This record gives sequence, C-alpha cells and structure tokens, in this order.
Amino acid sequence: MMTRTLLVFASLLMSGAASAQNLKMGLGGQITSLDPHYHSASPNAAFSYTIFDRLTGTDENARLQPALATSWKMIDPLTWEFKLREGVKFHNGEDFTAEDVVFTFERIPKVTNSPGPYTSYLRGIERTEIVDPLTLRIRTSEPVPTLPLMLQRITILDSKTHANVTTEDFNSGKALIGTGPFKYVSGSSISGVKLARNDQHWGEKAAWETVDYRVVANNAARTAALLSGDVDMIDQVSSADVPRLSTNNAFEVVNATGLRLMYINLDHSRKENPVFITDASGKPLAKNPLTDVRVRQALSLAIDRKALAERVMDGLAVPSMQFMPPDTYGYAADIAAPAADPAKARALLAEAGYPQGFQITLHGSNDRFPNDARVLQAIGQMWTRIGVKTNVDAMPYGPFQSRASKQEFAAFLGTWGSAGEPGIGMTNTLATFDKEKGTGSINRGRYSNPAYDVALAAAVSEIDDTKREQAFQQVMRDVLNDMPILPLYIQKNTWALKKSIAFKGRADELTLPQEAKPSP
Amino acid sequence: MTTWLAQRLVQSVFVVLVMTAIVFVGVNVIGDPVSILISPDANQQERARIVAEFGLDQPLWSQYLSFLKGTLQGNFGNSFVYGMPALQVILSRMPATMELAIAAILLSVLIGVPLGLYAGLRPHSFFAKFMMAGSILGFSVPLFWLALILIMFFSVYLGWLPASGRGQTVDFLGIGWSFFTWDGLSHLCLPVLTLSIFKISLIMRMVRAGVREVLPQEYIKFARAKGLSRQRLLYVHVLKNIMIPVVTIIGLEFGSLIAFSVVTESIFSWPGMGKLIIDSINVLDRPMIVAYLMIIVFIFVTINLIVDILYTTLDPRVRLSRD
Repeated sequence: MMTRTLLVFASLLMSGAASAQNLKMGLGGQITSLDPHYHSASPNAAFSYTIFDRLTGTDENARLQPALATSWKMIDPLTWEFKLREGVKFHNGEDFTAEDVVFTFERIPKVTNSPGPYTSYLRGIERTEIVDPLTLRIRTSEPVPTLPLMLQRITILDSKTHANVTTEDFNSGKALIGTGPFKYVSGSSISGVKLARNDQHWGEKAAWETVDYRVVANNAARTAALLSGDVDMIDQVSSADVPRLSTNNAFEVVNATGLRLMYINLDHSRKENPVFITDASGKPLAKNPLTDVRVRQALSLAIDRKALAERVMDGLAVPSMQFMPPDTYGYAADIAAPAADPAKARALLAEAGYPQGFQITLHGSNDRFPNDARVLQAIGQMWTRIGVKTNVDAMPYGPFQSRASKQEFAAFLGTWGSAGEPGIGMTNTLATFDKEKGTGSINRGRYSNPAYDVALAAAVSEIDDTKREQAFQQVMRDVLNDMPILPLYIQKNTWALKKSIAFKGRADELTLPQEAKPSP
Repeated sequence: MTTWLAQRLVQSVFVVLVMTAIVFVGVNVIGDPVSILISPDANQQERARIVAEFGLDQPLWSQYLSFLKGTLQGNFGNSFVYGMPALQVILSRMPATMELAIAAILLSVLIGVPLGLYAGLRPHSFFAKFMMAGSILGFSVPLFWLALILIMFFSVYLGWLPASGRGQTVDFLGIGWSFFTWDGLSHLCLPVLTLSIFKISLIMRMVRAGVREVLPQEYIKFARAKGLSRQRLLYVHVLKNIMIPVVTIIGLEFGSLIAFSVVTESIFSWPGMGKLIIDSINVLDRPMIVAYLMIIVFIFVTINLIVDILYTTLDPRVRLSRD
C-alpha cells in the first residue's frame, strides 16, 4: 500500500541520466560476510563474484562457461583435468597458478563456525594434483560428473596473499584481493562497498569505472531509493511495485525465470495417526490419507497453478512440475503443468475412500518468499473446493523451518533453489533420508521410493552430459506418477533499472555489476 | 550514595541474569538456527558438524553454563551468522544508532522545550493552540507512515534529500561519523526528523503542562512581587521546577531511541543496531540476541542512573539513599 502511494510520485520524478562512470546498486539480500568461503548464501556469493573469479562460471541460463579454467575433461571416471588460463594476475600483481587452486581447496574445510559451509561443493574430491602450473588434476573417490558445475561456487584465492588470512581480514577489506573484474576500494558490508574496475581483468572489461555496492534490504526503501536517484538499479523488486515501475518512462523492469521451485511438501513419515489431518467432521483418522497416491494426485489436480502464477504471484512465476526452468540443464519440455481439474480431483478422492473429503492444515512461512502467505491462502481455497477443508497456518520463517525439519506438519510450502542442474535437488528433497549416504537431507516428508533412489543414483553418476540429462528427465517423469510432492511454480527474478542502463537478468538471481552496461 | 549505587548494581546484574536465562529458553523453544541458516546443498554430515561447532548438540543447561563462563571472561560468544564476536558486531553498528538517537533527542529538546514554554505562558494565543493541535498529530502518526511520506516528498518529489543509507562518514576517534560532512548531514535529516516528531510533541506538551501548573503557585507570585526579571523568573524558577518529569521522559525516550529505532532504521536503510537485532531474531542468532539485550539493559541502567543523579541537582529535596 505504502509503496503504491510512493510510486504515484514516480511520474513526477525527473530522473537524471546515470553517469557512465559510476554504477550505484541497491541490493535486497543481506550480506553476512565478505569472506568468500564463510557462508554459502546468494547475497554473499554475488558480492564475492565481483572481486574474485572461479574456475568455471555460468551464463544467464545457468549453463556452464569457462572462467579461470579454459577447458576441462574427464580423463577417467575418477579424474578430472582442468586447463587454467594463462597470464591471469591477482589485483596485487601475484600470478594465478594451479597452486592457488590447491590452496583454495585446502582453505575451505578450515573455515570453521560456518553456518553454510562451502565443503558441500568439494564433496567427493580426494586430492588435487598439480601437473604443471596451468594444469590441474582432481581425483575423486566416486564419479562426480557435476564437478565443473560445483566448482563454479568456489572463488579462487591466492596462495601467497591469503596464506594466513582470517574471516575478519576479509570483512575489513584487507584480504579482498582476487582476480575478478573489480577491485575493492573501501567500505564494509554494513555501510556498502566501493569497487573500482580492474583494467587488467582477463575477460570483458566492466563498463563502470566505479561501483557503489550497497544493501537496501527493505522492499519499499529499495524502490524509493531507485525513484529518488539514490541508486541506479535494484534487484528483488516486490511484485506490488512492478506494474507501476514498468509503466514509468524513466525505468525499466527486467525479469528472468529463476531456479527456485516452490512446492507443497506432504507428510509420508506417518502411515497411521497423521498429525494436522482429521476426517471431514474433525475426528482423528487412523490412516494417513497422504500415503495414498490418488489423494496426492487429487490435491495436485485441485491446484490452479496458472492462477497462482498469474494472479497470486502477479505474473512473477511460471507454473512448473519439475525442478528446472525452461532452457536450463535437465529441463524436460514434455513435463507440463496440468490444468486444474476439480471434478477429476473429487473423483480421485472418492475412489481413494474419501468421498466426504477430510480436513488438513497447510503450513508455511509468511515473511520469507514473495507472497508466501497469499499463495498458502489460495491453495487452501483450491483444496477446500474439492472437499479437503484446509486451515492455513502461516508463521515466521524461523519457527516454521525448525518445525518443518522435525516432521511436525502434514503439508507445507517448501522450496528448492538449484545451482543449474537437477541432481542435488532431486537427491536432497526426494531421495530416502539416509544419514550415512547423505541423501534426502531436506526430505522433510520422508518420502522413500527404492526404485527412485536407484534410478537417481545411476543418473547422478552418469558421466556423459547428454545421457545424464536424459536420465534426470526420465527420473522426474517417473516420480511424478507417484506425486511425492506437489510442484507449484518457479519464481521469476526481477530487477528495476534506470533506462540508461541495460541488464539482461540471470536465472540464478545474482546481480553482477560486470553484466550491467550503459544502454546503447 | 555508595550503598545506593551498590544496590543498583546488584539489581542490574540480577535483571541481566534473568533476562539471559529467558532468552536461552525462549530461543530454544522457537526453533533451531541451523535449519534456518544452512545451505540446502549441505548433507546430514555437514549439518551435524555445524550443530557441533555451534555447541547446539549440548543440553541447554550446559550451553547456558558455558555462556555464563564466557561472559565472566568478557566473551559473549560468536555470532552464528557473522562468525565474529557478537559484541564486536554490535559495537561496530552502535555509532550509527547513537548518532541518530543523539541528533533526534537534541532536536526534540531544542524545539520541544521552547515551544512548550511559549504554549504554557500564552495558552490562548493562536500559535500556541495551533502547536497543541499539531502535537496531537505528531503523537498519532505512525512512524512507518511518516517516514514514507517524508521520503516521498523530500526525496522522490523534491529530490532534495537522500532516501537511504548513511552517506559519507569521517573517522573521529577511530569511528566513522556522518555528523561532520555535508553529505552525512543530509542523510541524517529525514531519519532524525521521523524519530523526533513524536518526541517534540511529547516534550512540548509536558513542558506546557508543567508551566501551567507552576505559574499560579505562591513562590512564583512571590518572586514576581520581589521584582525579579522575567528572564530569571522563567529560566530559573519555572524551568527548573518543571524539569523533573521532562528529564525522566527524555531519559526513557533516549533509551528507547537507541534500543528500538528499528522501523526507522529499516526504512532508511540506516546501518544501525536496530536493523541488526531484527535480522538476528529472524535467524535465531542467539549469541547476538543475548549480547544485544545485555547492552540494552546496560544502557537503560546507565540512563536511569544519570536521570536519578540529575534529580538531585534539579531538586535538592530529592535524596538518593533512604537514610
């Protein structure tokens, strides 16, 4: 409401042209650390990619691209060889060599007290061998065909400069020396960071001499900062502000389909005595109706995904039945989101033995994802329409997440954000929960399907990229017959910028100043 | 005086102890910080490692005991999110909040007291009535709304003042302050105005009520009859006597400005402590929450102490100890 009123004034705004030398960015995600190996979270990653480079990178559709490594190949199932770029220098003049990569891999497990360790991306690596200064061999304990993609999360430090640095040295800016497109000038994650172009960068030179990189976490404040000219571009535009900003001549709204799937997680952990589920008259049920595939399919068919995406999400989502969005690795074009079919859903419920339906509580967060509480309300109504009387309970993310991890809910709004391939998502969300193997770590419904586990494990270790992609697609097709979760939609990422700036947007929601250019 | 101080100290320590215990139990009941913070890419082993590193695998009483042990050594524990000592993270943000609070309280006193005096001395003038009506508005307008209106008018429409951030800071005593630069001052304007509107209204009304109460009293009549100058009458005899409630309110408001300016800080993206505590509560960063609340208790205790001491100078009849 406030932002809408605010935006009325936008039409009165005289927006000055952005100076081509300086780019002022207002970002929505809170940076928690400037140490590139401390806490794996997108705002931290986006910042670190301005100063540091990685061996590999991804384009706007999350497809793999060369970066500090120019090429890579699998020599045998347990060995990868990376050829490194020649003549790359760190900001302080040190040369980049294979030794720096080894040093970086060794530092990551030593970063302690990390709430989101980067060791996840080095999983399976046994040792790293330096063949010559520009050739590196990585030995793994099991085939890791996605290693090049994993390594795009790992920023490379210098073995000499960063030999004894601590997380605090990064936070103070002292250790922010990389090979990346920008150099650190001043500031902190609290006050905002000033960056200057690295004219010696190996890739395309950034268009901006300097960049003001600042977090403006409040949605209304971020939009106001753009309107008042405090910043030239913002990300994570709230869906309420998008219509007004896109009709304003001074600004442009850019969006790109993201990598975050929202889905309804269902409780498979209790075969009997379900929690938060009763029969239509409110009496306890002996059997958990969610264990019946017909019930799960009915609940899925009751959901009008198109309405969710277009109306509840204001068009900032794409209906989806799979983990990956169109044009990315692992996307299957033939898996389409079904249209809502309440009549068929009711028939399926009756067939499963619930002609009167039942009652269920749908849980979720109300402060974490765009319009999360509104989405829950909408789904509650759609389910109630087929006879499944739904109570919606939306709560702050903290307690919600803790309770969801303890299997306290019958159905809740869950999410998965992928890194550009479906394997990890399919393993962590749907494979059988197994502490030893490390599978199903966020399988909060405790779904377990041995056939799926076997097929997925085979797909994950398939070495050939094309065959692996086909295997993933097949596993996804098969598991949808069992409907363990109810996929809903994939979120779109949004940016708003002054007309004088051109920016394409990215699937992985990173806002990188090196990819913004002055408009032609 | 000394016994009184010692009593106060013991009381404060007790308050802090109870508060920390409540926070420990409370946060534990709300949920588990690891499940909020951890990257979904992590597997069970990585998760177990984090839980152990944070000490969350220990029983709650043993976590509390090791916290108390650390506190006695001046270590409030490391923030789960920032990985740095919680106290250090909070102190690094404190100057920004203090700057905002001091500027807002100064502005409130400098505007509120003279306006209140005027309204008390000339209650029937048009200006006084106008200001009194205006102060009701100042009371009732929500901060959040006021902040957005100010941004809309001064930043978006007129384009005079920046809408967010702290601007250029200058290092003084090793800390960055925006007081000293034009850019910094212009960034201070809107948040300070937002925070002070309510307090101006409050102080103004309190001063006015005090003046109206004091003026008809015998000693004022006597002083007037004695032929004291108007200035002396006003600034010594009236003002001094109405100051006790005003000083109490200023003290309390100053404390709450430091502790709870979170709405203003969020809207203006002011990099202060208020924003930090809300972020920490959202992810259940317990060391941060505990350290923050301990600092706040300390600030309130100190302010109340200063207020009590001020009472004795304002009114010699007030005694600190009950002897």
